[in-house]
Amino acid sequence: MTTTVTPTDAKPADKSRRPRLPKAARAGGQLHGGPIAYAILILFTIVSLFPLVWSAIAASRDNNRLAQTPPPFWFGGGLFDKIELAWTDANLGEAFFNTTVVAGVSAATVVFLSTIAGFAFAKLRFRGRGAMMLIVIGTMMVPPQLSVIPLYMMVAKLDWTDQLQAVIFPSLVSAFGVFFMRQYLIQALPDEIIEAARVDGASSWRVVWHVVFPAARPAMAVLGMLVFVQTWNDFLWPFLVLTQTGNPTVQVAVAALGRGYTPDQSLIMAGALLGTLPLLLVFAIFGKQIVGGIMQGAVKG
Amino acid sequence: MTTRHDTAAPPVKEGGAAPGRPPGDDASAAALQKRARLSRRWQRDIRWSPYAFVSPFFLLFVAFGLFPLLYTGWASLHQVELTAPTDMNWVGLRNYTRIFDDEFFWNAAKNTLTIGVISTVPQLLMAMGIAHILNYKLRASTFFRVAMLAPYATSIAAASLVFVMLFGRDYGMINWTLDAVGIDPVDWQNDKWPSQIAVSSIIIWRWTGYNALIYLAAMQAIPHDLYESAALDGASRWQQFIHVTVPALRPTILFTCVVSTIGASQVFGEPLLFDANKGTSGGAEHQFQTLGLYLYEQGWVAQHLGRASAIAWTMFLMLIVIGVINYVISRRLRASS
Repeated sequence: MTTTVTPTDAKPADKSRRPRLPKAARAGGQLHGGPIAYAILILFTIVSLFPLVWSAIAASRDNNRLAQTPPPFWFGGGLFDKIELAWTDANLGEAFFNTTVVAGVSAATVVFLSTIAGFAFAKLRFRGRGAMMLIVIGTMMVPPQLSVIPLYMMVAKLDWTDQLQAVIFPSLVSAFGVFFMRQYLIQALPDEIIEAARVDGASSWRVVWHVVFPAARPAMAVLGMLVFVQTWNDFLWPFLVLTQTGNPTVQVAVAALGRGYTPDQSLIMAGALLGTLPLLLVFAIFGKQIVGGIMQGAVKG
Repeated sequence: MTTRHDTAAPPVKEGGAAPGRPPGDDASAAALQKRARLSRRWQRDIRWSPYAFVSPFFLLFVAFGLFPLLYTGWASLHQVELTAPTDMNWVGLRNYTRIFDDEFFWNAAKNTLTIGVISTVPQLLMAMGIAHILNYKLRASTFFRVAMLAPYATSIAAASLVFVMLFGRDYGMINWTLDAVGIDPVDWQNDKWPSQIAVSSIIIWRWTGYNALIYLAAMQAIPHDLYESAALDGASRWQQFIHVTVPALRPTILFTCVVSTIGASQVFGEPLLFDANKGTSGGAEHQFQTLGLYLYEQGWVAQHLGRASAIAWTMFLMLIVIGVINYVISRRLRASS
């Protein structure tokens, strides 16, 4: 498995994204971005944020205003009323609670299982390690849609329709998480520390608890956030096993708004906005860490 | 913990005796026995704990990953109805011949391909360009990076619903803008290519920033003496980009292509919500019905889970073929460089 340590693996130090100032040449001897670079970035940022801002504008207007030709460009007064309506009428309040449970449980479990499995793959020697790791990597490439039919049969048989565990269990399988933690621990956890703990007579479990978890904490946080975001936004599977009236997740409730018979556009926009807001908040606070985590995972992959 | 390593003994071979064992001759028999027991426990721990650490993942993987995948293949050879998912009648390959005879299957396959191309190619090219710009020294670079992840934080459902309004034929923002610059309004829902472009634009919007960050990460790992020597040879910025950056990014490009291809084969929520009234048919004329949507229509609307399984398994085989082609091409490229 040592062959997986590619040259890109050896450069984890670059994750401190603040360029070292004196030498001009970071990657490519490139200089400061010129006005054109800023112009493109600003345009791209506007395109990225505009639909979200516009959903708030549309939610703050009534439907008559939305059915007129110059579309509204600024907020009206009805935003909070509509959000309140979406919260109660579209069942978004309950959906929020459900999704928090699902995403929270999934994130915590995936992080825990991925860390111990990733540690075993990174630092312990055992028969079948290479083959098992290959299976993990192979699984990362299998799209989830291929499994939904048997999973649906399982859920039907277990009578789990409309229950949150139907969504939680399949989301616990994260080959990416195992891979991510393995790559992190290979470089972040020096063998000497494990040896030292061994010399002190620590069992493997104590090593995990007192050495691996503290060392892995930054990566665990990033993985937790990534899994949380992914589970929060997961659409197909919850859509198949949960209904709007029985324990919907946010995505199911929001989609149901769009598929309703009375298309209350402004209410739909309020729901879409409300369903996105918590994650936007998380990104606003932990954006730097999430960016770092995605980039870190990318170089390793 | 970190102060320990200088005092640590040289690495102990795993499977060996308990480390730090003093010479045994002066120990009492009881202590020896105790030590032997500890040593056995130690060995068991060393040998079996790796399996204990990986087994929860593999148990879940077998139950909710591997088994369903294989069972999909098994179910595809049966007639299974949604209303009674446990009654299975063997029909051999009839599900497959049924879908291969269905024009809507081929229509969906074609749509999946075209939407895949329309969404993936511009997305990755733009991501590459943005990553290149982000690799300059910039003020507020963290802000830009986080801002372009906002679409990634937005769910398929929310994004699709907002885009449906923006693409609205009569009162949508996009047609209004087109009108303002003198272009006739476009029927984004009912015309074939416009609708596919609109659906693709949701995908492009959600994933470009994410892919840009992945490219950026790879770009930052390129050693810059490569650029210095290229510059010494008189290469312009653009030539440096083509002859240094792109070749160095090849593994990452391949990775994003594979991931995007898999993603493109699965497109479901965007077309489902893009025309809420038509739902699973993907537009009045099935003009943007993808394979994912077709699978759902066969399984959950027509209630033929067996046939839906056959679709899923066909998609899987198609992906494998594409994967093999991808692999061959990338090997060729590597060999030629």
